[in-house]
Amino acid sequence: MNGRGDVLLRVEDLKVHFPVTEGVLMRRRVGSVKAVDGVSFELRRGETFGLVGESGCGKSTTALAILRMQEPTAGRIVFDGEDISRVDQRGLRPLRRRMQMVFQDPFGSLNPRMRVREIVGEPLKVHGVAGNRRRFRERVAELLDLVGLLPAMADRYPHQFSGGQRQRIGIARALALEPDLLICDEAVSALDVSIQAQVLNLLMDLQERLGLTYLFIAHDLSVVRHISDRIGVMYLGRIVEVAARDELFERPRHPYTEALLASVPAPDPIVEAARAHHLIAGEVPSVRNPPSGCRFHPRCPKVLGHCDRAEPLLEADGPARVACHLYADSSPAAAGAGQAGDLAV
Amino acid sequence: MKEPLLRIDDLNVTFGAGFGDRPAVRAVTSLSLEVAPGETLAIVGESGSGKSVTALSILRLIPEPGRIESGRILFEGKDLLALDDAGIRSVRGNRIAMIFQEPMSSLNPVLTIGRQVAEPLRLHRRLKRREALERAVEHLKSVAIPDAQKRLGDYPHQFSGGMRQRVMIAMALACHPRLLIADEPTTALDVTVQAQILELLKERTREADSALILITHDLGVVARYADRVAVMYGGRIVESGPAAALYAEPRHPYTQGLLRSVPRLEGDCGGRLDSIEGQPPDLAALPAGCAFAPRCPQVRDRCLAAPPLLEAGAGGRAWACYGYEEGAA
Repeated sequence: MNGRGDVLLRVEDLKVHFPVTEGVLMRRRVGSVKAVDGVSFELRRGETFGLVGESGCGKSTTALAILRMQEPTAGRIVFDGEDISRVDQRGLRPLRRRMQMVFQDPFGSLNPRMRVREIVGEPLKVHGVAGNRRRFRERVAELLDLVGLLPAMADRYPHQFSGGQRQRIGIARALALEPDLLICDEAVSALDVSIQAQVLNLLMDLQERLGLTYLFIAHDLSVVRHISDRIGVMYLGRIVEVAARDELFERPRHPYTEALLASVPAPDPIVEAARAHHLIAGEVPSVRNPPSGCRFHPRCPKVLGHCDRAEPLLEADGPARVACHLYADSSPAAAGAGQAGDLAV
Repeated sequence: MKEPLLRIDDLNVTFGAGFGDRPAVRAVTSLSLEVAPGETLAIVGESGSGKSVTALSILRLIPEPGRIESGRILFEGKDLLALDDAGIRSVRGNRIAMIFQEPMSSLNPVLTIGRQVAEPLRLHRRLKRREALERAVEHLKSVAIPDAQKRLGDYPHQFSGGMRQRVMIAMALACHPRLLIADEPTTALDVTVQAQILELLKERTREADSALILITHDLGVVARYADRVAVMYGGRIVESGPAAALYAEPRHPYTQGLLRSVPRLEGDCGGRLDSIEGQPPDLAALPAGCAFAPRCPQVRDRCLAAPPLLEAGAGGRAWACYGYEEGAA
């Protein structure tokens, strides 16, 4: 699409399948869970790309595959012009300095036996850039200051901090090696509203100061809307829609995106009273046995005759890209699409 | 306002004995509230604000070392805190039912769904096994569980998260309680399922003319489903009132800050959020004055001396803040 210089990360047709086996002595492979099944998107330098979806849609597995903490089954991951999907462990080390992750659980992701200085400074030691003792201490103090903690807190243990402060520690650790890409997997989901706002502000400040690129994974649409430039919506291992933030929220194209937006209650009783609550029925089906054709078709209020057979591809529709037969001009049923949609509403 | 169905007067709950250098944790302090028949009251607050403890106190389910120090909880003319064990058991699951956050852990994994939904009917209505199971099927149907008859013999692990929460609702409503308490009923569920469950709760409680206490941290859920809201901070109610009025013109600086710090689905965005600086209070070391004072942008000397009491104004509104005067601009 754009020149290579523009794009920091490109994910092409990424697949992560987990084998399902049966039997104890003779383990047979009886199928596979296609957690991520043909996901493509790109991250431009300095932007925030939001990835949203409900549990089991594959958003976290996508993140792990990008970091190669989970081996991709197929597809390419191109980071800064280099295909890293087949790089061996040794080759990954320098790459990992440039991509870091902030995890969801501010309680489980910090070792309770380590002092904050050791936690935040560990990446420096692992990568052999800690320098001498004084330099190391200075760097940790700098990092703590960067995320709004006091350098004097370096001698404390994680249990002495609140959830929001712990998440700041996790962010300081992720920034220790001055990465280009920060993957935030539900980084603010466990926090209370007032603290969540503090951490979101911090992430936005840091992006501006350090020129970071974010892959921001979350299930909370209002948080994703707030922080993202562009957003991808995932459902059962696939991206169903990608668009710029305002485009997605003002003109959602995929019926699943519409349903997601309608499901989130707005924090305003007047807005809520005026809103029509079109709910979609059912729950997300099992990833082990996804529906044929379009995976959303059993729950889709605008389902067409061929949705259960042909799987729609992610194709451009105006400024957005959407995987839905309602928008596929080339599809043979396109002429009748609008009509059938109207009937179903 | 109609005669309240539930009235809590000056409830105080502490955890821990408070000897030595470990002071007692004051989970709920001087809390009073009322719920009218058929009304949905939302109790909102962040973690540690005392909202769940308040809910558990109503059914006297406070776990050790928690203790209800003082107060009265009047329900249908009886003080629930004065009942003996048999008395409170006849209320639980019968006149007042509760739905918990975790649909995974609040069902018994080794009992069939049918048996669990039938249990309150057998216990409180003294129905025979067959009859109770027949009624259980009807209740499961009313919460839209497909093939209810066939699924009676299934175990909880054979149900999805959303379906388990439906089972919980069926169980809770089995004896037609006058009051249903739902403590973060959808926090563990996906948003599309959350909407289904909340609609169902609202609809079924409306049909049964039961009152609903909805405990949540989600200001969107409150806006969509609550008639009235009580906002808790540091174990106290800091503001309460009809939902529409409270959202339109929040009076307590904490409510104001909370509403400003939520990211929105509409309107401008992308800039900084107005966050509330600082951390929530330590309930074992509450300040002498207002618990919000250390984070309050409008703090004054008086706030540090003694906590403000909940003051009632026109339109069913109440607030606990020295800084707000009704009628004053």
